[in-house]
Amino acid sequence: MRVEGKGLIDRTHRVSFNFDGQQISGYAGDTVASALLANDIRLMARSFKYHRPRGVLTAGSEEPNALMTIGNGAKQDPNVRATVQEIYNGLEVRSQNAWPSLNVDAMAVNNLLSPFFGAGFYYKMMMWPKPLWEKFYEPLIRRAAGLGGLSVEHNEDTYERAWAHCDLLVIGGGPTGLMAALTAAKSGLDVIIADEDSIMGGRLNAETHEVDGMSGQEWAAKTVAELQAMDNVRVMTRTTVTGAYDQGTYGALERVAHHGNTVTDLPLECFWRIVSKRTILATGALERPIAFRNNDRPGVMNAGAVRSYLNRWGVAAGKTVAVFGNNDNAHRTAQDLQAAGVNVAALIDSRTDAQTSGDFRVIAGGQVTDTTGAKGLSSVIVKHAGGSETLDVDCLAVSGGWNPSVHLACHTNGRPVWNDSIAAFVPLANMVLGLLPAGACNGDFSTAACLQAGINAANEALGELGKKPVDQSVPQAENASYNITPLWTVPHKGRAWLDFQNDVTAKDIKQAAAENFSSVEHMKRFTTQGMATDQGKNSNVGALAILADATGRTISETGTTTFRPPYTPVAIAAMGAGAQGDGFAPKRFMTSHAATIERNAPMIEAGLWFRPSYFPQAGETTWRESCDREVGYVRKTVGVADVSTLGKIDIQGKDAGEFLDFVYTNMFSTLKVGKVRYGLMLREDGHVMDDGTTARIGENHYVMTTTTAAAGPVMRHLEFVRQCLRPNLEINLISTTEQWAQFAVAGPKSRELLNDLVDDPINNQAFPFMGCGDISIGDVQGRLFRISFSGEHAYEIAVPSRFGDALFRELVNRAEEMGGGAYGMEALNALRIEKGFITHAEIHGRITADDIGMGKMVSAKKDCIGKTASERPGLSGEHREQLVGLMPLDKSKELSGGAHLFERTAEAIRINDQGYTTSVAYSPELGCWLAQGFLKNGLARHGEVVRLVDHLRDKEILCEVCHPVFLDPEGGRARG
Amino acid sequence: MRITCPHCGERDRREFYYVGDALAIDRPEPDAGSDVWNDYIHNRDNPAGVTRDLWYHESGCSAWTVVTRNTVTHEILDTMLAADAKEGQS
Repeated sequence: MRVEGKGLIDRTHRVSFNFDGQQISGYAGDTVASALLANDIRLMARSFKYHRPRGVLTAGSEEPNALMTIGNGAKQDPNVRATVQEIYNGLEVRSQNAWPSLNVDAMAVNNLLSPFFGAGFYYKMMMWPKPLWEKFYEPLIRRAAGLGGLSVEHNEDTYERAWAHCDLLVIGGGPTGLMAALTAAKSGLDVIIADEDSIMGGRLNAETHEVDGMSGQEWAAKTVAELQAMDNVRVMTRTTVTGAYDQGTYGALERVAHHGNTVTDLPLECFWRIVSKRTILATGALERPIAFRNNDRPGVMNAGAVRSYLNRWGVAAGKTVAVFGNNDNAHRTAQDLQAAGVNVAALIDSRTDAQTSGDFRVIAGGQVTDTTGAKGLSSVIVKHAGGSETLDVDCLAVSGGWNPSVHLACHTNGRPVWNDSIAAFVPLANMVLGLLPAGACNGDFSTAACLQAGINAANEALGELGKKPVDQSVPQAENASYNITPLWTVPHKGRAWLDFQNDVTAKDIKQAAAENFSSVEHMKRFTTQGMATDQGKNSNVGALAILADATGRTISETGTTTFRPPYTPVAIAAMGAGAQGDGFAPKRFMTSHAATIERNAPMIEAGLWFRPSYFPQAGETTWRESCDREVGYVRKTVGVADVSTLGKIDIQGKDAGEFLDFVYTNMFSTLKVGKVRYGLMLREDGHVMDDGTTARIGENHYVMTTTTAAAGPVMRHLEFVRQCLRPNLEINLISTTEQWAQFAVAGPKSRELLNDLVDDPINNQAFPFMGCGDISIGDVQGRLFRISFSGEHAYEIAVPSRFGDALFRELVNRAEEMGGGAYGMEALNALRIEKGFITHAEIHGRITADDIGMGKMVSAKKDCIGKTASERPGLSGEHREQLVGLMPLDKSKELSGGAHLFERTAEAIRINDQGYTTSVAYSPELGCWLAQGFLKNGLARHGEVVRLVDHLRDKEILCEVCHPVFLDPEGGRARG
Repeated sequence: MRITCPHCGERDRREFYYVGDALAIDRPEPDAGSDVWNDYIHNRDNPAGVTRDLWYHESGCSAWTVVTRNTVTHEILDTMLAADAKEGQS
């Protein structure tokens, strides 16, 4: 029901939205909750487990009941609090967790079965028979119990991530926060003030008190205007600071366009990371309910929320209202309602010494013991000194006291302390380093105390930042006392609700204690108390007070559960903004990318790189046809492949040789200028890290290549060795992977191709196998390495990246004229498997030099990374799985990677496992599939027959164990 | 989390690669014995309190830094180049 003359809504601006198919009218400035209440709609949701009818409990982000789904289709946004969602024309709102409708919910039958659904029920009853859990119970529970759903469609909404830096972050824009921001801003500090609400002011917008002779709402608006006029202040509304992290980093979610903003290019939300030198926590306090029988009916609300709806939105939550409280603050609700002309049936104060505070009936020492009403409250039963009576009311405003919002202060594992005088937890300074709690979140509950606390906190921050304090006068404001006598639960049979969303009752907490789940963390998990989307903001303190009582401890001894970010839910889409689809990871393209795409090559990902699988030609129907043809280029004429993705590290300095001797197992200081050597690199634990070739292109100048996958880790490792282990060496390192485009030109006609291209023809003397040197192609200066990953006479030619595209096209054109062409990763793989060369499929992290037959490459003449550890017993010998080649006895059989190896007749079970395959390829040269793999004592088993078993692909193939080099074991082709 | 790189100043931790305890810079002599090597390669304390660990400014200047921090209070007490830390020891 709307009350005339009150609220911050714009009564000249009507807004219409849809709720469960019904058009609802409200005003600009309304939330969904205030508009529904104004239209006398109290039933807004069904509870999670029992499907009990529920109305709105609060007026803020802590709302446990009134969760709604906003929008439709891909844009649908579930579990939005009706108390936070601002209304706009065309807004679509749907209730959740009810079928067929909110009013007639078939699942409400759960409520009748509640004796069977108490805390711990799932753990006890549904364990047997076990198979039923997965197939029957869990799906059933998931369907019946629940929140809103996702559309399961791709969400096209845009989200954003951003950074902000400031001297002082003020969290919360109530009286404390506004005063703190104003004080600090006057000293010139860069200030950010953030508040989750759409307007600043906090409780000032919800109360009737005056500040400095004007209404609190007016004072807040005036102060915000003052702040906004200052260049050094950033005022962020609709921005919830969700987490406190180390060194003054805070996460914050700004709801940019959820309120029907008509600017279309704005993101829906922005996730901020705010870095501040000092932070003032001015998050205020949240009211807590009292647990009594049937305290969950729509119409039973927090007393402060009833005031909020009245003063902020001009809405009376009921026609006849009773107030039930245990503290002075509850009286304000009765006073405000009465002043607004709403009928106040009674103020029931559980304190026997409660005084009359207005022209309404005060029942001192009274308690509400029960309520009635089907889908909304119709009466409350009150017990007092004179007996028991029934009051017919449609709204009950309840106040069990206020809990300071200590959440953020606890995010780095600090624990709040219990304060008896306000019967609540309060934070300590610096629980998060640099975070100063002030105002209501620190236990100051009067407006005057909050304003003063804001000034004090700002001046403390200024002092810590080496600035002079600001002489800021304190505005005049109410300074009422806050007296409370704790009342957590009203003893009575029946269900008294604590966690409304998760349907946890006072009895459930006692049950947990009775079953010895007496630690607060155990109680939480046994009952699910505090595990709903409000994270126990309304109910945790009450629950642990009941637990304390049931276990004979004080609340202080019982302690709290752990507070973790986020303070309110944050969409993954916001935190991961920009990281969907193409934004998921950077893409690295080779200089040949465009030419490769033009040739219709399917690309595969190799780390962040995109490389061609194969280059299909007209008439080819399978990848194998293309691959076999490309292998043939290299074996018979000439093939060209882009190998630029391999890591290239430039190493210079007078100690470069010594450095390489230390990081590689073999010697590089003895390598002659103009020569290339294969090197093996170990981790310090003795296992193989990477392999590759390194060329010495000058006396103090080497160029190392790494595998594509390990380029980053190897660079990091080399820098570690340079800076942390051998800082005395004179060397410098830099990655030049992006600076050089490098192409393999491989095959019997490779030299012929190159000699047509380079200015000075090359020969076996200038460029013998494993030789290197400079070449020029016209004005382009490049490098040539005579190395081979195919076993053929081959080169790698490198030019500055800007010439990569042109050179690739030229090389491929020339190769095609000679009967060859470009080859892709599939052919490259087949070529190297035929030759027994390894990749990271083989050196997968658990492999030693000895396992791959390179034990002798660990030089005895020097120390190197990993050498000592590689000599440990167990890392070499016949018990190890060693690299072998495998060839099927039946040449028609297709081998597969990841298959396991067994003795010919042994049962294919784990204890009989002899090894596994790592890489497979079809060899056109040998006319059958080949595999590389590891076999127990494999070096000594060449010629033996083993059984390859692939359980996944249902294969059993007998294979001959071979030397891993299938082709040209003497290496004559590469030297030719 | 913010780390002060000795070269680049205060930076977000996302720019850094974390490797673990700074004892990794104290590589034993090859003949130090298996116990010493075992400790160096595998054994790490997990202190509640002050710890020194190595961070690599991978998205910045490539400096390996020794960061002294308190795992209880989340304070960063000191950052210095690993090379300097090593020099200071010897």
